[in-house]
Amino acid sequence: MRDVYVVGVGMSKFGEVWRRSLRQLFVDAASTAIKDSGVDHLDSLYVGCMSSGMFVQQEHISALCADYLGMAGIPATRVESACASGGISFRQAFLEVGSGVSDIVMAAGVEKMTDVDGDGATAALAGAADQEYEVFHGATFPGLYAMMAHAHMAKYGTTSEMLAAVAVKNHHNGSMNPVAQYPFEITVEGVLNSVMVADPLHILDCSPITDGAAAVIVTSEEVGKKLGKPCIKVLGSGLATDSMALAQRADLTTIKAATIAADRAFKMAGKKLSDVQFAEVHDCFTIAELMVLESIGLYEPGKAGPAAQAGETALDGKFPINPSGGLKSKGHPVGATGVAQVVEIYKQLTGQAEGGRQIPGSPKIGMAHNMGGSGASSVVHIMEVA
Amino acid sequence: MSMFSSRSWREYPQRYRMEASRFKKSGKTYYPPRDIDPETGDTAQEIVRLPDTGKIVTYTVIRVAPSQWGDLSPYALAIVELTDGTRMMGQMTDVDVEEVKIGMEVRLEFRRIQTESHEGVLSYGHKFVPNWF
Repeated sequence: MRDVYVVGVGMSKFGEVWRRSLRQLFVDAASTAIKDSGVDHLDSLYVGCMSSGMFVQQEHISALCADYLGMAGIPATRVESACASGGISFRQAFLEVGSGVSDIVMAAGVEKMTDVDGDGATAALAGAADQEYEVFHGATFPGLYAMMAHAHMAKYGTTSEMLAAVAVKNHHNGSMNPVAQYPFEITVEGVLNSVMVADPLHILDCSPITDGAAAVIVTSEEVGKKLGKPCIKVLGSGLATDSMALAQRADLTTIKAATIAADRAFKMAGKKLSDVQFAEVHDCFTIAELMVLESIGLYEPGKAGPAAQAGETALDGKFPINPSGGLKSKGHPVGATGVAQVVEIYKQLTGQAEGGRQIPGSPKIGMAHNMGGSGASSVVHIMEVA
Repeated sequence: MSMFSSRSWREYPQRYRMEASRFKKSGKTYYPPRDIDPETGDTAQEIVRLPDTGKIVTYTVIRVAPSQWGDLSPYALAIVELTDGTRMMGQMTDVDVEEVKIGMEVRLEFRRIQTESHEGVLSYGHKFVPNWF
């Protein structure tokens, strides 16, 4: 496979963006990415989106997005893998350019989640769990992660204070991100005193419901270098799946698909975790960040919580996690999240992270981990400054 | 949301009679039933009826529930490992949610699950109750 680069990025504002529709959010992000990269056309487009059908009753958004970008005619493909839709959209663009079929491909993601009420959003998101054997019995997404959290607490002594430390850290980072939905600081006491959603997860352990879009331009080395803009190289991509229903997993305290996806990405990249300086990981709930860090091998099982409390994963810690603010503070428009992670990796590696959240010491290699549902799909990318 | 009742009745064997697949080659049991053993790729299986007691592996108490479940809220949801090693998710009932714990012994009972569901009909299935008796 030939080398693949990312040469420009764009994001819409994340939040309750009532004045912009699904197609407008996409255009906001996509036109920013095109302008940022300097490309004059696209060979093709991928759009990650989990559930436009249930959120705005609109399917077939691949063509709709190409149309409203003013590019009707180009090949366009929608990618769906629940909350990992964006990360897999990026992977498909990477594979298409790497294979030599195309030279300039946009990987985008979009979700418009606030055109429905809370019940509507919960029903759409529930589609990422097993409808007949989990949702049928009253499972919600906070509930599924809460069950993993209780198992993790029982096995390793993880505490609510450790979970809160993750939320506090991500909100601190997000307070410096101009597109974040909730760009403000919170405290451990604030998290612990917030409403209990599903024991042991409080509302401030949960990522929010968000409207938003993100887009990146993926090119061949030749095109990337000719554009003369800051660019990064994609070293490796790994995707893996696991049992959909939690009850079918032997170990509820680890995310097996994240372990396998990371192994695959590192093997392809010819790198080790010790070569990486920072990561964006899928913190849909605070417990998810801890479990993913343990699953990808950054920490021994049970050690990620104490490490978060000790500041090891803070912006100035030894391995910064979620410098963007993560899903927790930046927001989680599910189909856009995986692409938004790549936007942050690009900004950090090219020294363009705004607001004081640039990681000190000019990091050279970053990693993005994006996860679907309760962990039945995980996708990992390793990227290096070019 | 109204859908065909076929979505409801085709689940009856596993929801009403707790039927599971036991594969010949591996001897492994899966709930719900599957056509292919993920361990061996085997398709030769027999349908078995699951035992009706087990222990809580993990649980949560849903305190912010979709309005469809509002009349039950707060309710405890658990993953239970039955005495044959098979695991399944379900709601706890006939118990104070504050008393639910990992390791608690439970028994399966046949209860109404939803008053309205995808099928637009009453849905029944298993719930867990403490096995104190």
